[in-house]
Amino acid sequence: MKYYQETAECMPREELKKLQDEKLVKQIKHVWEHVPYYRKKMEEAGVTPDDIKGTDDLYRLPFTSKADLRDSYPDGLLAVPKSECVRLHSTSGTTGKRVLVYYTRNDIDLWEDCCARALTAAGADENDVCQVAYGYGLFTGGFGLHGGSQKLGCLTIPMSSGNTDRQLQFMADLGTTILCCTPSYAQYLAESMEEKGAGGDIHLKAGVFGAEAWSEEMRKDLEKRLGIKAFDIYGLTELSGPGVAYECEMQQGMHINEDHFYAETIDPNTLEPLPVGREGELVFTSLDKEAFPIIRYRTRDICELSAEPCACGRTFLKMCRPRGRSDDMLIIRGVNVFPSQVETVLLDAGYTSNYQIVVDRVNNTDTFEVLVEMTPEMFSDSLGRITEMEKDLVVRLKDMLGIQAKVRMVTPKSIVRSEGKAVRVIDKRKY
Amino acid sequence: MINQISVFLENRAGQLADITGTLAENGIDIRALNIAETSDYGVMRIITNDSEKTMEILNGAGFIASETKAAAVAVPDHPGALAEVLKYLAEASMDVEYMYSIFSQLEGRAFMVIKVKDAAAAEKLLSEKGIYIAKQEDLDVR
Repeated sequence: MKYYQETAECMPREELKKLQDEKLVKQIKHVWEHVPYYRKKMEEAGVTPDDIKGTDDLYRLPFTSKADLRDSYPDGLLAVPKSECVRLHSTSGTTGKRVLVYYTRNDIDLWEDCCARALTAAGADENDVCQVAYGYGLFTGGFGLHGGSQKLGCLTIPMSSGNTDRQLQFMADLGTTILCCTPSYAQYLAESMEEKGAGGDIHLKAGVFGAEAWSEEMRKDLEKRLGIKAFDIYGLTELSGPGVAYECEMQQGMHINEDHFYAETIDPNTLEPLPVGREGELVFTSLDKEAFPIIRYRTRDICELSAEPCACGRTFLKMCRPRGRSDDMLIIRGVNVFPSQVETVLLDAGYTSNYQIVVDRVNNTDTFEVLVEMTPEMFSDSLGRITEMEKDLVVRLKDMLGIQAKVRMVTPKSIVRSEGKAVRVIDKRKY
Repeated sequence: MINQISVFLENRAGQLADITGTLAENGIDIRALNIAETSDYGVMRIITNDSEKTMEILNGAGFIASETKAAAVAVPDHPGALAEVLKYLAEASMDVEYMYSIFSQLEGRAFMVIKVKDAAAAEKLLSEKGIYIAKQEDLDVR
């Protein structure tokens, strides 16, 4: 089986556009009638449901931000009576109040379809044993993939995360073929497997990894160490959970489930919509959610969409792996720089150290300095070798970002921390 | 051969005072010291009375330190003595990465710490040439 829902996943583009237009009109009517918060925002923007005849009119609608969701805690954006809801999930709330997301039976059904599509695209079918090692609970990772896997007919093992020994034991004893977890946990499992020499009894074939930023290098590393093909999956609790977009066997970007979610990219500064293919902030509008519809939600993820026909046969647009977040994007000498890119460069060079980006403006030119905490593994008695290491990082940063950085090694723990988290960016420029 | 400890230094006021202060608090005696630096950072190399304990203390205090072996060579106290030692190393194509002197003296001889790739080979070569190689006891270090 190649597709889980071929009619939807391979729908001709014109037909898909028509479907999206019809669904959007209904979705907007739904929020106007049932969510006073959205109605008020629309009224303030001078838009009524009559103005929205299809996705071409989407630009007229106001954006929804994370702050809107927090302001509406606990149920201000709920669009159906609670009696119709069957499930609730929530974001982790590390940056403020939790966002609560509600689901009707139908919402769950469509979400699980999305996850089943992702698993099918990763090569899974009813003969597979799927170990779900995402956390179960308020977090959507565990339940999302669990639902998709069960729907697809895989033997589904609800392991949740943690208890590594038991994870490896089950993989070996039950013949797990599909592993679903965060890429960092997959790395941890691979390490433990190598330490215990358990690789021989484990026969994974694919991994569906998401909920975190990861790189192409990490994919190659995981594929080699676990003997699998590793697939990316994208999602946000605010939209439903994992499965908003998923990778196919081409492994060149994630197909967006466009029959359920309408995707746009916008310029994060001017908020103007950008044409497909231009890098910008990803914005999603749900098309058929009942309990928690969401209109033009600003994800803060920076990426680009691609309309290139995909050899897998799916017609859905593809999104690239998010390159960073618009809320921590820096513009240095006119170039967009994300702290995550600097982190990728360090990881690729084999350094797991703490770093800090210091930006300043001297004589009308931006200065860009990267401080890297020295670790025992990096330290060498020879000044020459430390200087070479700095030069190597400068070259790698230039390759990644296109601008020249100054790299400076600093002593451990010298990078300022705030509540235990390293402060990644210090921007001293005055505007 | 003697144990040499190298410590990473960031160029900021107080770093050296921090390190030497930490060693002083723990009763570590520094027998030799050398600092190499660039405009941004440096490496301090020290020989102490107890290298193992020094490593423990520095690592425990969060400094980046590593231990290497170096040759401690006795140089007679007369003009040309050091040149002679270095000539032997040069003839054997042993690159001197850096060197510095040890504070203590023994019977009118100065001691130099000489860092080459293979400290053992350098010591063997120089003792064959009749040059005295310091033992750890001579310098009261370990």
